[in-house]
Amino acid sequence: MTKHVGIEVSTAVAEAVKLVDVDVISAYPITPQTHIVERLAELIANGELDAEYINVESEHSALSACVGASAAGARTFTASNSQGLALMHEILYVASGCRLPIVLAIANRAVSAPINIWCDHQDSLGERDTGCIQLYVEDGQEAFDSTLQAFRVAEDQRVLVPFMVCLDGFILSHVIESVDLLDDGEVKSFIKSKMEPKYRLDPDRPLSMGVLGGPDIYYEFRRQQEEAMRNSKKVILEVDDEFSKLFGRRYGLFDSYRIEDADVIFLTMGSMTGTARVVVDRLREMGKRVGVLKVRVFRPFPYEEIYAAVKGAEVLAAVDRNIEPGAFGGVLFTELRSALYGCEKEPHVIGFTAGLGGRDVSVSDFTTMAEKALRVLETGKVERAYEFIGLRE
Amino acid sequence: MKGWREIRTGSTVLEAGNASECKTGGWRTFRPVIDHKKCIKCLFCWLYCPDESIAITREGEFEVDLDYCKGCGICAKECPKEAITMVRED
Repeated sequence: MTKHVGIEVSTAVAEAVKLVDVDVISAYPITPQTHIVERLAELIANGELDAEYINVESEHSALSACVGASAAGARTFTASNSQGLALMHEILYVASGCRLPIVLAIANRAVSAPINIWCDHQDSLGERDTGCIQLYVEDGQEAFDSTLQAFRVAEDQRVLVPFMVCLDGFILSHVIESVDLLDDGEVKSFIKSKMEPKYRLDPDRPLSMGVLGGPDIYYEFRRQQEEAMRNSKKVILEVDDEFSKLFGRRYGLFDSYRIEDADVIFLTMGSMTGTARVVVDRLREMGKRVGVLKVRVFRPFPYEEIYAAVKGAEVLAAVDRNIEPGAFGGVLFTELRSALYGCEKEPHVIGFTAGLGGRDVSVSDFTTMAEKALRVLETGKVERAYEFIGLRE
Repeated sequence: MKGWREIRTGSTVLEAGNASECKTGGWRTFRPVIDHKKCIKCLFCWLYCPDESIAITREGEFEVDLDYCKGCGICAKECPKEAITMVRED
């Protein structure tokens, strides 16, 4: 039976990993991810979870161990962020290229230097081309539910790519929230207790994985991988649909709040979305037609679906918790603007960077961004396409 | 050649001992040519070849296995009798 509990979000993620009966975990501690794997190590030590926990000397080794385990057919999990995730960079391509459905929890943290342990999305967005699904959650319940969903999606034969569940470091990972925890029986009705891979390393049936692919075939493999990412959109929705029928919660590729008749729509990722909704409600009371769309699945980027949802608006304001030095703007902003360019109805797209290195993205920040977006609505002109919010000049 | 829809997921090869199917001779720019009159059958080329591409025929002659020889030229460099010349492929 579902238990309604107050629980640290990291612990809730660990509970989800336990409930899917993961076989192998290999991880290296890094704040603010550590509580997730600490809790899992504890569950194994207590005998509550029957899994192998492989201690390693770095994140590079952690993901390498996961690659081996997953190739052998084990349901595999790891977690990291920031510099640790950067150290996994090389192996992420191996995992996705070998089409291994490893699930990773990323407790988003800024990347050094300067040394900073607090939240922004630079670390995982820096890995956006590695061929992993990336999903950004807003709260503890979504973190728990998405972790369960991640294994189903990643292991689907139409997908078979690694899956990153990204949750804001500290803002989510270290906060105690009210979460409905599903029990063993409920989760068993949703996901099989063993992975059923098409191919796996087996001494009785020798095969090779990750072999040489020269100029005559490498390109074809990469295109196949790209197709799997595109297909995953459909599978994410199917799994979400089934999840909602079983447990009553549905998330979709993105979440919309008061956007149906909106002139101005914020696009957000992660925990800042709640603050955006508060500001949207205040502006609505003042008669301003404003809404917010939370991008949940960032890879694959659901550009067609987002276009269909936002094409009625005049101004889109993308809020990026990242910075791309020398680029046209933040990651979400450039992605969105590029996806909408040349569409039949092309809203104005403006971008803001905010909340780097754990700086709060406040109600007043969103109010400032709304004022700027509303000015574009009034004048029909974009004076500055990309700005920094909450920064001391 | 198979298109991207037909190839096996994740570059997995189901047959064991399949490296011999990967014929790397196409990478070659220069081909070693052995002058059998100069060759003293010392086996240096056979020893130094990094790709086991020096074959010894039943008659005891040395031949280059052009299916795998990448044309690195190590055999030509090491041959004490300068019996091997590298000739540009057409």
